[in-house]
Amino acid sequence: MKMVKRASVAGMALFGLASPAMAAWSDINLRVGVTELSREIYGLHMLILWICVAIAVAVFGVMIYSIATFRKSKGAVPANFDHNTKAEVIWTVIPVLILVGMAIPAARTLVKIDDMRGSELTVKVTGYQWKWQYEYVDHGVSFFSTLARTSDEARQLDSGIKPESVENYLLEVDNPLVVPQGKKVRVLITANDVIHAWWVPDFGMKKDAIPGYINEMWFRADEPGIYRGQCAELCGRDHGFMPVVVEVKSQADFDAWLAAQQAARQAAAAPAAQTAAVVPPVDQVAAMRVAVAE
Amino acid sequence: MSATQTHGHAADHHDDHGPAKGITRWLTTTNHKDIGTMYLVFSLVMFLIGGAMALVIRAELFVPGMQLVDPGFFNTMTTVHALIMVFGAVMPATVGLANWMIPLQIGAPDMALPRMNNFSFWLLVAAFSLLILSLFMPGGGPASGWTLYPPLVLQTGDALPLAIFAIHLAGASSIMGAINIIVTIMNLRAPGMTLLKMPLFPWTWLITAYLLIAVMPVFAGAVTMLLTDHFFGTTFFAAAGGGDPVLYQHIFWFFGHPEVYIMILPAFGIVSEIIPTFSRKPLFGYDAMVYATASIAFLSFIVWAHHMFTVGMPLAGEMFFMLSTMLIAVPTGVKVFNWTATMWKGSLTFETPMLFALAFLFLFTIGGFSGLMMAIAPVDFQYHDTYFIVAHFHYVLVPGAVFAIMAAVYYWMPKWTGHMYDVKLANIHFWMSAIFVNVLFFPQHFLGLAGMPRRIPDYSTQFADWNMVSSIGAFGFGLSQLLFVYIIWKCAKGGQKVSAEVWDGARVHGLEWTVPSPAPYHTFDEAPVVK
Repeated sequence: MKMVKRASVAGMALFGLASPAMAAWSDINLRVGVTELSREIYGLHMLILWICVAIAVAVFGVMIYSIATFRKSKGAVPANFDHNTKAEVIWTVIPVLILVGMAIPAARTLVKIDDMRGSELTVKVTGYQWKWQYEYVDHGVSFFSTLARTSDEARQLDSGIKPESVENYLLEVDNPLVVPQGKKVRVLITANDVIHAWWVPDFGMKKDAIPGYINEMWFRADEPGIYRGQCAELCGRDHGFMPVVVEVKSQADFDAWLAAQQAARQAAAAPAAQTAAVVPPVDQVAAMRVAVAE
Repeated sequence: MSATQTHGHAADHHDDHGPAKGITRWLTTTNHKDIGTMYLVFSLVMFLIGGAMALVIRAELFVPGMQLVDPGFFNTMTTVHALIMVFGAVMPATVGLANWMIPLQIGAPDMALPRMNNFSFWLLVAAFSLLILSLFMPGGGPASGWTLYPPLVLQTGDALPLAIFAIHLAGASSIMGAINIIVTIMNLRAPGMTLLKMPLFPWTWLITAYLLIAVMPVFAGAVTMLLTDHFFGTTFFAAAGGGDPVLYQHIFWFFGHPEVYIMILPAFGIVSEIIPTFSRKPLFGYDAMVYATASIAFLSFIVWAHHMFTVGMPLAGEMFFMLSTMLIAVPTGVKVFNWTATMWKGSLTFETPMLFALAFLFLFTIGGFSGLMMAIAPVDFQYHDTYFIVAHFHYVLVPGAVFAIMAAVYYWMPKWTGHMYDVKLANIHFWMSAIFVNVLFFPQHFLGLAGMPRRIPDYSTQFADWNMVSSIGAFGFGLSQLLFVYIIWKCAKGGQKVSAEVWDGARVHGLEWTVPSPAPYHTFDEAPVVK
């Protein structure tokens, strides 16, 4: 049924009769997002888009006028000119001016994106095939974040489970990254096997996770909520199945969450430290690090 | 351009040494027309194979969920689709057109290095046999994306050496083709045809040939380093051994950005031939067109890192590559304005080649706009590796380069075969292609902006509607191309006889319209004189 409905929606869109749901702006345009940077990036995107639309209207207008007017079938007699220095200078200089006008705000935003100073929380993100590891480097908390089981079952070849029946299909994880609202969070990004890219569209930024490199980016989320993204650099078979989920909580809720995590790690770390002398299971390496740090 | 042929009989010597008979003709030929035909047929076959792979991709993406293929095989499809379309379809098609048309347009009897010409074609056949063979190796075909980024590409199974050797052979073939074109243009132009009297198609190819010679060895070096990293224990790109995975990306895109102009500059040349003919007016701003092409070629060497804004470059680097990339808009704009001014006060007719050239003009410009948007580094942090990028490069490559190639085929096919193609079917082919290509690629802008990453076999349900629209467009576009194959076959077999000029008033637009249709096996045994 759902598929039939979608087919009809698709069919309508084909003939330019998009349904209201189809025309939802957020389905076809960049998100404004919830950070200062994402809003600035959105503003730049719209600025350039409208400049392009204006140029397109002018240029396509002249083309369409020419096609409609200078037709042999209408008896048009060809002129014989093949250059016009004044016109050529104008259409070289004006684009340069427009580009300068675009470059100035773009450069300003680029400088702001690059400014990592004054961060209030540092999180280290490590990409693996095919999951993320999050480490709160100053608080001794670390965990892996993988695709939620419900999505994972539904996404198997011919699983028989309808993706529509799974909430947040492919965009849900077992353990989301949790950060405080309104705080400048610095994200250190690296990878352990191949290149990945960590991306949350609502934060306006993505950055590659590269083995041997530690990349940096920052965001400050204004609104509490759950924000979803995905790995954005092809990283092998299950590249499409390593989502990024970030939960933004108020400072008080975040503190409570962090304390609970620390307590849980401490409880787990005691026996883990004893067995560590044998062969530590991969899952406990992070817990071990906590134990060592303390 | 005013060109006149003083020796009317120059073209008519084909009975003293005609083509060999049977398969030997094609294996051993050194004739530029035969080799051009082989390149074009090869390109068409690759276009269909690469297209079938694209349809596997779009079929899997028709609805969310995994229905048809394994995710690993999906990655192989995206990778090999791209390699085949870039190196097997678009590039050989422009080389085929160059082989056929450059000697005819500059008044040369053949290409300057005919034996090498034969060798460069057959190398290409070997290259793509290897690449297609790699699909059947243990561990599956190459699945790391056509950019072959390490460390991921080093996880490829036995397909890796085959794919890399295929790239080496295709690269060697391209370099030989490029040398041949440069030598031909520099040495075999008809008396009186100075460089600045040469038609735009040879001009854009001359510049393209220099780009090829400059960057194909760079790519060959990069993939050779991958090979030694994988088999001989070097660590050029392995951080653990003191190497650098990002270094590969810099080398790759130093090749890769000029490569995109290698695909589009000959298309610019084609459109610059067709629009004046059907506007019955000389090309507007000939000198500006030549200089704009050269500027674009120069800029292509200093913008490569805009493909990798998210790798974590220093601020100064991001700033430089953003600004240099934006500059490309200026010469590209000059070209679009010149084509528009060529139509201005012309006397336009709308034969199939002109329809394709006009679609190129509109749709390539849309691809140019999205390119300008992506040049803005801070916004590219959002666009990067999403379907917005996929939409952009398909707009410049499909209704850009591929439409120009189709325009060229319709424009020159009557000259090659002596027959007019089936006009009615050709116009249906045009309209179906032009409509479906937009249904296919325009919604991909929406998907990318809404947050769908590229190269994923399955997606969140919010992306379902536009993926379905895009897949419908893909199948429509794919089926339309079967019509193209039929039209070419029919035109080769027979059809209405055409005059030497073919198109009304074309004679003043180039030497190729002064030889008979079909063009005899040997043309310009005596050089025409250009005034």
